[in-house]
Amino acid sequence: MGAIYEFVSGPLALISFAVFFIGCIYKVIWYVKGLDWRLDRVAYSTQRSLGIKGAIRSLYHWLLPLNQTTANHPIFMGATYLFHLCLIVAPIFLVAHVVLIEESWNISWVTIPDPIPDYMAMVVIAAGVFFLLRRLTNPDVKIITDGSDYLVLAIALAPFITGILAYNQIFDNQLMTILHILAGEIMLVAIPFTKLSHFVLFFCSRIQLGMDYGIKRGGVHGRGIAW
Amino acid sequence: MAEEAKTQEKTPQALPPLVSRVPVKTKEMLDLLLADRGVTYYEEMKKFPVDTAAFKKTLAASCKSRIRTWLKICAHCGMCADTCFFYLANDRDPKQVPSYKIQSTLGEIVKRNGDVDTEFMMNCMDTAWGKCTCCNRCGQFCPHGIDMGVMFGYTRGLCFSQGFVPHEMKIGSGMHWLYNAQMDITVDDFTETCAWMAEENEDDWPGLNIPVDKPNADIMYTINAREVKHYPEDIAEAAILFHLTGENWTVPSKGWESTSLAMFAGDWACCKQQVEWVYEAMERLKPNRMVCTECGHMHRATITEGPYWAGLPSGNTPVPSLHYVEWVLEVLENGKLKLDPAKKIKEPVTLQDPCNYVRNAGLSDVTRKIMGYIAEDFREMQPNRELNFCCGGGGGMNGIGRYRKERNIGLKVKRDQILATGAKFVVSACHNCWDAIRDLEEVYKIGIKWSFLKPILIKQAIVPDHLKPKEEGTDE
Repeated sequence: MGAIYEFVSGPLALISFAVFFIGCIYKVIWYVKGLDWRLDRVAYSTQRSLGIKGAIRSLYHWLLPLNQTTANHPIFMGATYLFHLCLIVAPIFLVAHVVLIEESWNISWVTIPDPIPDYMAMVVIAAGVFFLLRRLTNPDVKIITDGSDYLVLAIALAPFITGILAYNQIFDNQLMTILHILAGEIMLVAIPFTKLSHFVLFFCSRIQLGMDYGIKRGGVHGRGIAW
Repeated sequence: MAEEAKTQEKTPQALPPLVSRVPVKTKEMLDLLLADRGVTYYEEMKKFPVDTAAFKKTLAASCKSRIRTWLKICAHCGMCADTCFFYLANDRDPKQVPSYKIQSTLGEIVKRNGDVDTEFMMNCMDTAWGKCTCCNRCGQFCPHGIDMGVMFGYTRGLCFSQGFVPHEMKIGSGMHWLYNAQMDITVDDFTETCAWMAEENEDDWPGLNIPVDKPNADIMYTINAREVKHYPEDIAEAAILFHLTGENWTVPSKGWESTSLAMFAGDWACCKQQVEWVYEAMERLKPNRMVCTECGHMHRATITEGPYWAGLPSGNTPVPSLHYVEWVLEVLENGKLKLDPAKKIKEPVTLQDPCNYVRNAGLSDVTRKIMGYIAEDFREMQPNRELNFCCGGGGGMNGIGRYRKERNIGLKVKRDQILATGAKFVVSACHNCWDAIRDLEEVYKIGIKWSFLKPILIKQAIVPDHLKPKEEGTDE
């Protein structure tokens, strides 16, 4: 068990982080290289300042809950914002994670005191269960749901479920810790290769559409899209 | 000709196929399609094979990271569902959820890399033209910024390249190839109509003139072929308003038509030819700017998208180009056009925001300021401006017989929006919306009137004495 722990927390962790970072960078480069002002019909480079304005507008209205969709569907969008916020913040600022990284690479940063990240993990799981139930019952969502939607939801929830179990010492602690690390690594590796690539492609897509509206559709008349 | 007709009668099997992967570029082919009225056309289509090799090539060349990302990262969250007027009008049918519509068509095409069959392509066609007007409304509500209207525009192009395009759209692009206009109107037909309209209205408007091909004018005015064919009075009204405001204007003989059914059809090569015809007129006549008539998709085709088809890196037309409403506001604000406040419309009046120059070009403030000049009791539809619903007939929908039933169901959303305002008068500065609202009244009989801006402005205008017809007997 000790050897397995050493392996998953050592070399496998390094590999996972490498795949995650390189994969994400590759995705962004692939996206930007695939943009074509004539095919997309957006003058990206000649109308740069309008484009930047549109892009910022697009990110601002959607990174914050300042958009029509949140106004129309506050419960779903509220759950979505909370889900993503907790999913990003809890693992990055968890004391145990920061200590591990400090031990390995000698860098560290601020932490959120326990047990707040534990509660945040519960929020992630609660929101995830809500998404799952919605997928199973809402006819509009059911019709567009496929296997990959369940898979990525499982991949995203697994580190949090195992994390709570490990933190609260439920079941065998060492086993749970190994499972937790593995789940986290699966998630990191899955990001560039699945729908989870929206981790970076969300920004690409939002910036692109923001530029489209900023440069071509309304931005020139001082109006962006009514997000 | 007579002989030709005879041989055709004798050997009907010798007729060329109506469905093909190439655009209509001959008068004979166009006439055959027109005569068919879509009957044989769709029967033929059911047996028309998909050229998968060509499909793969087209996808490799045109389906790049933007669209592939949109298809891939769609979270299948369903937030787009209730943003689509077809979804609402069809009792929230899940099959009308925009994400479903695009994933089950373009999404599958990309997944299978073009390896699809005839039945699949016919369903694509019925979805791309019969369940989406490319109004782009859903894209505004997608958290991931996925614009399904843009993707359906692209899908239409793929369908067109494979021959799976509604009958009227095939004809529409053919008209543009042959006449540089969406209808069979020649340059002579156009200039003669202009002369006729000027003559017809000369008595009421002494000195009224429609200058053709006048170089270096301030304004080059372009129109929609249907004005020549069906509403020549629209051309007369435009002339009267330019006359009233003392504008230095002209119409180009070649380059007068700035609509594009080719855009609705997804025939990109034809879109390029059409806008270049208009841009050549700009280069030839060197006006300060272009103003287009009260049409929405014309603005989208020639001003918003056209520069890209023509390969202009700035994304702008060769000379600054305005929608008619922008010109109207300009002359109202600078005082060239004075309206009699006593003649303002007294009854409640509402305004249709056309997708193509409001959501997709940002002109919502302009029309509202104009409403302030012409109406006493202006009532907004809900939702409005960029969030307004499509009239129900956009994207070519009005003209396609195959989807008439679907179109009429879709009109319910606009009907209810209008009814909720309490107004019985709808101002619509867009040909497509105007038609949809007219048909809406025909189908649902809710007792409304509708109008372009031009007749309203002429009715309310204060005509300076020197432009009035001289009284009989006072002639010198």
